[in-house]
Amino acid sequence: MFHSTDMPQEIQETIDLTQKQVEKLGLDIYTTIFELVDYKQLNEIAACGGFPTRYPHWRWGMEYERLSKSYTYGLSVIYEMVINNDPCYAYLLRSNGLTTQKTVIAHVYAHCDFFKNNYWFSQTNRKMLDQMANHATIVRHLIDELGYDRVESFIDKCLSVENLIDLHLPFRPKRDRQEKENKEFNKVKNDSKSYMESFIKERKKAAELEKNKQKEQDEPKILFEPEQDVLKYILDYGHLENWEYALLSIIRDEAYYFAPQGQTKILNEGWATYWHSRIMTEITPLKSSEIIDYCDQYSSIVASNSNQLNPYKLGLELLRYVEHRWDTGKYGLEYLKCEDHKEKFNWNKAVGKGQEKLFEVRKYHNDITFLDEFLDEEFCHMFKLFLYDFDPRQGKQVIANRNFKDIKKQLLTQLANFGSPIIKVVDGNFRNRGELLLKHYHERMDLKSDYALETLSNLYSLWKRPVHLHTVVENIPRQLSFDGSNHSIEKI
Amino acid sequence: MRMESDLNRFRKIVRGKIKQELKKFISTGDLIARKGNKSITIPIPRIDIPKFVFSPHNQQGVGQGSGQEGEGTASEKEQGGQEQAGDAAGDHTLEMDVTLEELADMLSEELELPNIENKGISNIEKQGVKYTGILKTGPDSLHHFRRTYKEALKRSISMGEYDYDNPIVIPIKADKRFRSFKEIVEPIANAVIIYMMDVSGSMGDEQKEIVRLTSFWIDTWLSKQYKGVSRHYIIHDATAKEVDQDVFYRTKESGGTLISSAFKLALEIMKEKYINNDWNIYLFHFSDGDNWSGNDTTECLRIMQDEMIPNINLFSYGQVESRYGSGQFLRDLTKKFGDEHEKVSMAQIKDRDAIMDSLKTFLGKGK
Repeated sequence: MFHSTDMPQEIQETIDLTQKQVEKLGLDIYTTIFELVDYKQLNEIAACGGFPTRYPHWRWGMEYERLSKSYTYGLSVIYEMVINNDPCYAYLLRSNGLTTQKTVIAHVYAHCDFFKNNYWFSQTNRKMLDQMANHATIVRHLIDELGYDRVESFIDKCLSVENLIDLHLPFRPKRDRQEKENKEFNKVKNDSKSYMESFIKERKKAAELEKNKQKEQDEPKILFEPEQDVLKYILDYGHLENWEYALLSIIRDEAYYFAPQGQTKILNEGWATYWHSRIMTEITPLKSSEIIDYCDQYSSIVASNSNQLNPYKLGLELLRYVEHRWDTGKYGLEYLKCEDHKEKFNWNKAVGKGQEKLFEVRKYHNDITFLDEFLDEEFCHMFKLFLYDFDPRQGKQVIANRNFKDIKKQLLTQLANFGSPIIKVVDGNFRNRGELLLKHYHERMDLKSDYALETLSNLYSLWKRPVHLHTVVENIPRQLSFDGSNHSIEKI
Repeated sequence: MRMESDLNRFRKIVRGKIKQELKKFISTGDLIARKGNKSITIPIPRIDIPKFVFSPHNQQGVGQGSGQEGEGTASEKEQGGQEQAGDAAGDHTLEMDVTLEELADMLSEELELPNIENKGISNIEKQGVKYTGILKTGPDSLHHFRRTYKEALKRSISMGEYDYDNPIVIPIKADKRFRSFKEIVEPIANAVIIYMMDVSGSMGDEQKEIVRLTSFWIDTWLSKQYKGVSRHYIIHDATAKEVDQDVFYRTKESGGTLISSAFKLALEIMKEKYINNDWNIYLFHFSDGDNWSGNDTTECLRIMQDEMIPNINLFSYGQVESRYGSGQFLRDLTKKFGDEHEKVSMAQIKDRDAIMDSLKTFLGKGK
């Protein structure tokens, strides 16, 4: 067990007690290291996406500025940050009251359990804290070598396309090429310390790249199927310089690391809220002096602003709903076939499988599959979901309807591909001139056009040849292009 | 921690943005309204990294709560429908605090303003003392009776010596408290700006707004150049009087215009306090240029030539265009002093967009 020296005793006791409780309840956690930080430090960590060390970049500064402003004005407080890492690191706000601290610690442990056991996190790097620090070191080296401006502006370009990754890639069988790469890499790894990994990897990759450069340039870039990992494609077939290669790899690495957190926001937060509320109200009942504090905090967590769904609340309610259904046996053919509403409503076979089911949900589901499988019509009515739309006549946003099918469709569409458009490389030798052709798999929603054009410019800086995107603008198929100096939009 | 450097990097980018938009900021009053003591809060659009994202015009979404179909969503109700919900999604603005000094820097970079060469006894600092705290030791002359009594009272209560029926408190040495002081260095104001404005009937609100904006930027620039700046405000129609800043911008009179009245008053202020003390004196006069008579103009020119110019750094005249067109005074001045006079500059400020050019004319001399 880890004991931080500046941890007040009562908090350390709470941590130890909570750990025992969650383990008894069946949560399976990594060793979790808690640290108390003040709001400035917490904002810094939060601004850097939860990590204490990141590569230098202005957007952390922007995020920090925003967080500290909204903290100063009392608009928002971050209570904690947890890092998906082994050991798990958690940062607690020093100024939290003891009741809040208890709640937050329980919350953290549940997140930790989720990180460790959820399938979608299974491929993430559990030494990411070290990895991030290594990334930072590499970037700083590059800055020393090349100057801040060059490195920063290239990072900006990489970030511009960071969402063009294939979420399911980590779960596919590795391709031959990749395996080969890994084998060679492992050879090097064997006679080196593990913390050197990323450095050697980058150097090695760069060296290899240099060697193959000539060869690769001659190779036709034939794609047998469209490639969704656009970043990988550019890394493999683009003509990046070594330092550019290193930077783009870093951005891609981090994008893949963060992807599962975007995919499981509702479930993960729901899970953590479910457990902290159970622990606080059921397992170690609150003292009467703590109830107000707890309720105050709890209500702010699950408060819903009807413009936006609160992932904490939706996740929590849906988990409780699942637990209820499996406790009372509201599942299976018999239940589904039952047409008597009253009977269905009062259905209780007392099978008590709720807990078991919840752990199963936590193991296998992400937000999409979770909502797809469990959000049914009954829940939709209970939870009072509605579909809103902009009403041009009233000039404001109004409730469009409460039709279950529409609502579910909208929810799933919003979550698909973590809210990003699906874009794939279809041709790396477009027009037989080495130009890059991407295709947007258009479904109902157009791209934000000014952003799309700017992104193409950035993509050009990576690919170094003209880039094109096939998409649909206001129901007409279009080809957006950037040739290095001009944008063009053509009808296809 | 290292956030400092990222934050500075971000601020640098923001400053770049503000500089780009400086012309817009100069010609709208937005900034002035947000002026704090030493800094200004500037709203700028969120700096975003462009990505392939969905257009925000797809305004559908899922919400939660009660309500009938066709009813506004709750957040809409709360806002009272002031803003078009949905339109604002993702369209956050950032508020940046920029110090006036930084703002002056941006202004000077943008307008390529030369730094001002100080004349006279610059950098004079006055030393003074300020009573800032309490110490346990000190001379009896600084004895703080109330604090000492309090300490003694606390001590006697906590030691159980205090007798409620016979409340006598006797301080011992450890109870004694003394005032402590710090020596502070105060810069002496070494520049004075005298603003003069014509408030006759022909000057409308828009004209005054232009004057206000122009003088805000002049002020920002000069405050950066000198350690301390004192200001005087004079309004005049046919007669002149000295007022405070608030009144200066708000007064509307209806009389005629005798510019010399303001010049005389300015001269009086200068003579009284500033001329003999090597002050850097700046005079700014704003008017629509419709002076009452040629005689008065002659009188003005004489005052300027003989009494003002030898003693000042800069005389600037800004002629704002009123409903009744532009007056003669600008031409008279130009005829007398020419375009290239060392200490006199003139500009016609037709509208808000012309403010930037006028600032360049006024401050570009480096005086």
